[in-house]
Amino acid sequence: MMASPEAWLVLCPLAAAALAFLWRSRGAFIGIVSALINGALVAWLIALMRTEGVRRIEIGGWSAPLGIEFYADGLSPWMLMLAAILGVATAVYARGYFKDPGSWFWPIWLMLAAAINALFLTRDIFNAYVCLELLGLSSVALIALSGNPDALAAALRYFFVSMLGSLFYLLGVSLLYSAHATVDIDRLRSLVSETPATLAAAAFMTVGLLLKTALFPLHFWLPPAHANAPAPVSALLSGLVVKASLYLLLRLWFEVFPGAIFASVAPLFGLLGAAAVVWGGIQALLQERVKLVVAYSTVVQVGYFFLLFPLAAHPLTAELARQGVIYLLLAHAIAKSAAFMAAGNFIRVVGSDRLEDMKGAGTALPVSMFSLGLAGISLMGLPPSAGFIGKWKLFSASLTAGQWWWTVVLAAGGLLSAAYFFRILSPALAEPSRLGAKIPRTMKWTPMALALAGVLLGFLAPQLLEIFEIGAPLRPAAAMEGGP
Amino acid sequence: MNLQESYLYFILLASLLPAVIIFFIPEQRHRLRVFVNMAGTTIKLVLVFVLMAGVRQGKVYESRITLLPDMDLVLHADALSLLFIGLSAVLWFLTTLYAIGYLENSPHRSRFFGFFSLCVSSTVGVALSGNLVTFVIFYEALTLSTYPLVVHRGTPEAMKAGATYLAYTLGGGAVLLVAVVWLRILAGPLDFQTGGMLGDLVQTYPLELRCIFVLLIGALGVKAALVPLHGWLPKAMVAPAPVSALLHAVAVVKAGAFGIVRVLYDVYGVDPAAQLGVSTGLAVLAAVTILWGSLRALAQDELKKRLAYSTVSQVSYIILGAAILGPVATIGGLVHLVHQGLMKITLFFCAGNYAETLGVHHIHGMDGAGRRMPLTTGAFTLGALGMIGVPPLAGFVSKWYLGIGGLRAGQEWVVAVLVASSVLNACYFLPILYRAWFREQAAAWPEEHAGSRFEAHWMLLTPPLVTAALCIAAGVCAGSDWSPLEWVKMITEREYAPR
Repeated sequence: MMASPEAWLVLCPLAAAALAFLWRSRGAFIGIVSALINGALVAWLIALMRTEGVRRIEIGGWSAPLGIEFYADGLSPWMLMLAAILGVATAVYARGYFKDPGSWFWPIWLMLAAAINALFLTRDIFNAYVCLELLGLSSVALIALSGNPDALAAALRYFFVSMLGSLFYLLGVSLLYSAHATVDIDRLRSLVSETPATLAAAAFMTVGLLLKTALFPLHFWLPPAHANAPAPVSALLSGLVVKASLYLLLRLWFEVFPGAIFASVAPLFGLLGAAAVVWGGIQALLQERVKLVVAYSTVVQVGYFFLLFPLAAHPLTAELARQGVIYLLLAHAIAKSAAFMAAGNFIRVVGSDRLEDMKGAGTALPVSMFSLGLAGISLMGLPPSAGFIGKWKLFSASLTAGQWWWTVVLAAGGLLSAAYFFRILSPALAEPSRLGAKIPRTMKWTPMALALAGVLLGFLAPQLLEIFEIGAPLRPAAAMEGGP
Repeated sequence: MNLQESYLYFILLASLLPAVIIFFIPEQRHRLRVFVNMAGTTIKLVLVFVLMAGVRQGKVYESRITLLPDMDLVLHADALSLLFIGLSAVLWFLTTLYAIGYLENSPHRSRFFGFFSLCVSSTVGVALSGNLVTFVIFYEALTLSTYPLVVHRGTPEAMKAGATYLAYTLGGGAVLLVAVVWLRILAGPLDFQTGGMLGDLVQTYPLELRCIFVLLIGALGVKAALVPLHGWLPKAMVAPAPVSALLHAVAVVKAGAFGIVRVLYDVYGVDPAAQLGVSTGLAVLAAVTILWGSLRALAQDELKKRLAYSTVSQVSYIILGAAILGPVATIGGLVHLVHQGLMKITLFFCAGNYAETLGVHHIHGMDGAGRRMPLTTGAFTLGALGMIGVPPLAGFVSKWYLGIGGLRAGQEWVVAVLVASSVLNACYFLPILYRAWFREQAAAWPEEHAGSRFEAHWMLLTPPLVTAALCIAAGVCAGSDWSPLEWVKMITEREYAPR
C-alpha cells in the first residue's frame, strides 16, 4: 500500500490541510508544495497505469464488501490530472491574490483537494457520498471567504442546494443498498435490474447530482455562487467542483444502471443539455457583470457534456462522443479557470465588476487580455485548441449518428460563446485607458499559462486519449448488448 | 524530419516567431521592433524563393502531424499554395515597411505588429494547408488575429466595424466547420488532391455533396465578400491603411477566394463539379458580385469605401475564372489572385498617403492632389488603369484570359459581364484621376504634414511605387519565365493534365 500513489493522493492533501490549519502563517507555502506533490503523484499513477492497466488497491488488505478499495480506470487519472493541473495553477494564482499568506483559503482548499481526489478514486457509492459532502462543505466555506454580504448570501444558497443534492443522492444510495446489500459499483452493476426500487434510486440520485452539476433548469444557483466568490475560488468551482458530481453521474449511468433505462433517459439528458446551451448562452449575453458572463458560460458548457448521453446511446458514435465530451471536460476546466483568473485581474485593476467599466482594461493588462482571448478560443471551440478537438468529435458523432440537431446546438453554442466573450473583450480593447495599476506577477502569468495549455492540448489528443481509454471506462454495459 | 519538410515550418515560423517576440518588445524600443519585423519578412522572402525553385522542378513538400488518430495537420506546398505565399511574402515585406512609416509615434505599436505578423502567419498557413481540416484551423486563426487590427484605433466606429466583422466571419466559420465535418464523414481524410478527392462519391451522394458545396461556398464566401455576404468589408475600412491594404490584397479576402479555388479544384475536382452542376451557380453568383460591387462603388464618395467596393467586385473575378472550369479561364482567375493583389495594394497605399500626408479622405477633396503628390498619384493612376484593364498593365492580362476562357467554355455571357464591369470600373476610377491631375486645388489641404524631403515620408512612398512597378512588370513581362502568368499556366497544366 505504501507504494501506491492512490493512497498518497488522498493522504497528502489531507495532511497538508491539517498542517496548514495548524501553521496558518505558512499556508501558502504548504499549499503550493502540496499541489506540486499532487501533480507528481498523478504522473506516477499514470505511469503505473500505462504498464499495468486498470488498478485496484485494497486498503489494509480487506476486500470490497468490508474494506475500502481504490479503483482507477482511464477516467480516474483523467479527472485527477485535471484536478492536479488546476491545483497547481490555483495555488500559484492564490499566492498572489490573497495578500495574507495565512488566509483560511489554504486549509479549506487543501481539504477540497483531498475530497475530490478521493472521489475520483473510489468505487463505492457511499464513500462517494462522503466525498461529495466534504466537497460541498469546503466549497461553501470558500465562497463565503470574502465575508461580504453578497458572498455570504451566495454561500448560504449554495449550502442549501448542495445539501439538498446530497440528500437526494443519499436517498438513492440507501434504496440501492436496501435492495442489493452492497454499495460497490461493480457488484451493483451485476445485480441491478429494472425494478421499481432501482428506478426510484436512479431518479433520486440523478436529480441530486444534476442539481449539483447545475444542468438546466437546475442551474439557478450557479451564476451567483460562482460570480461572488474570490477569483481563484470561482476558477476552482467552475473548472473542477461542477465536474465532480458530473463524474459520479457518468459513473452511475454508464456503469451501474441497466442499459434499457439508459436508452430511455438519454434523449431527455440531450434535450436538457441543448436547452442549457441555448438558455445559458442567451443569459450570458444579457449579463452586465463580467464574472456573471463567465459563470453563465459554465452553464452552457455543462450543457455540452450532456450531449454525451444521446450520442453514446448510438453504437456507431459512442466512442466519438465519449472522447469528445471527455476532451471538452478538460478544455473547459483549463480554459474556464484561466478566464476566471483573467477576469479577476481585470476586476482587481478596474475596481469594479461591471462590463461598462472595463473600458481600456486590455491596454492596462495586455497579458490578461490575451489570456482571456485564448481561453475564449478554447471555450468557443475554435481551432487550434483542446475545445476544438472536443467539439470536432461531437460534431462528427452527431452527423454520423444522423442526429444533425445536436450539430445545430453545438454550432449555435459556439457562436453564442463568441458573442458573449467579445462583450468582455471589446470594451477592454477600446480606448482610452487611464488605468495604471499593477498586479502581482503570479496573477498575471498563471491565467496565461493555463490558456496556453488549453491551446497546446489541442495537439496532444492522441497521447492523452490513450490514457483515458485504459480499462475502457464509460461504456454502457447493457445498452450495447441488450439494446435494440 | 528532413530539410525539405522543415522548410514548411521555417516559413510559418518566419512570421510566427517575430509575432511572439514583438508582443514582448516594450513600446519605445522602436529600432528593435523594426529589426525583428524586417528580419522576419526578409527571411520569409528568401525561403519562399527557395521553395518556388523546388516546386518548379516538380518537387512537392509535405509534412504531417497527427492531431487525432484519424485527423492530420498537413502542411503541403504545391504550385497553387506558392502562388498565394509568394504574393503574401512580397506584399508583407512592403506593407510592413509602409506600416512602420504610417504608425510612427502612434500608440500600441507592439500590439499592432504582433497581430500583423500573426495575421500573415495564418495566411501562410491557409496557403500551406494540405487538407481541409488544416485549412479550417488556419482560416479561423486568421479571423481572430485580424480582429485586433480592425479595431486597432479603439474608436466607437472601429469597435462597431470589428463587431460586424466578427459576426460575419465567425458565422461563416461555424458553417465551414459543419460542412467540413460532414464532408469528412462522407469522404475520409480530406487531403487536397489535384483533380479532386471525391472519386466515386459523386455518384453515391450527389445531393449531400451539393448541400456541402453550398455550405462551403457560403462559409468561404463571407471572407471572399461574395454578395450578399460582403457587408463587413466596406465597414472594415475604419482600420488603419496598412491593415486595409493587407486585408484587401493578401490576407482575409484572398483567403476566402483561395479557399473557394481549393474546394473547386482540389476537393471536388473539375469534372465532378461540372457533373454536380455546382460550378455554374457559383459562376453566376460571382458575376452578380462583380456587377453589384462596381455599382455600389460608383455611389461612394469616401476614397477607401470606393476601393472597398471595388475589391468586392474584383475578387470575384478570381472566383468567376475558377468557376467557368476551362483551362484558359482558370488561368485568368488564378492570375488575378496576384494581379488584383498588386493593383489593390497600390491603390490602398496611395489612399493612405493622401490621408496621412494631406488629410484627404474623400474623393471630392482630391482636386489638384496630382500636382502636390505626383509620384503617389502616378502610382494610383497605374493601379486604377490596371483595374480598368488597360493594356499592357496586369489587369488587362487577367481580363483577356477570362474573356477568352469564357468563349472557349461556350459561356459568352462572361464577356458581357467583363465589358460591363470594365465600363463601371472606368466610371468610378477615371473621375478620381481627372480630379487629381486636371482640376485646380480648391482649398488648402485639411491636415498637411510637410517637412519631409519627398512628397511623403519615404517609407510611405516607396511601397506604392514598387507595387505600381510590379503592376507594369506583371503585364509587360507576362511572357517571361518568372511572371505570375507563367506560374499560373504551370498550375493549370497540372490541374487539367490527363489522368
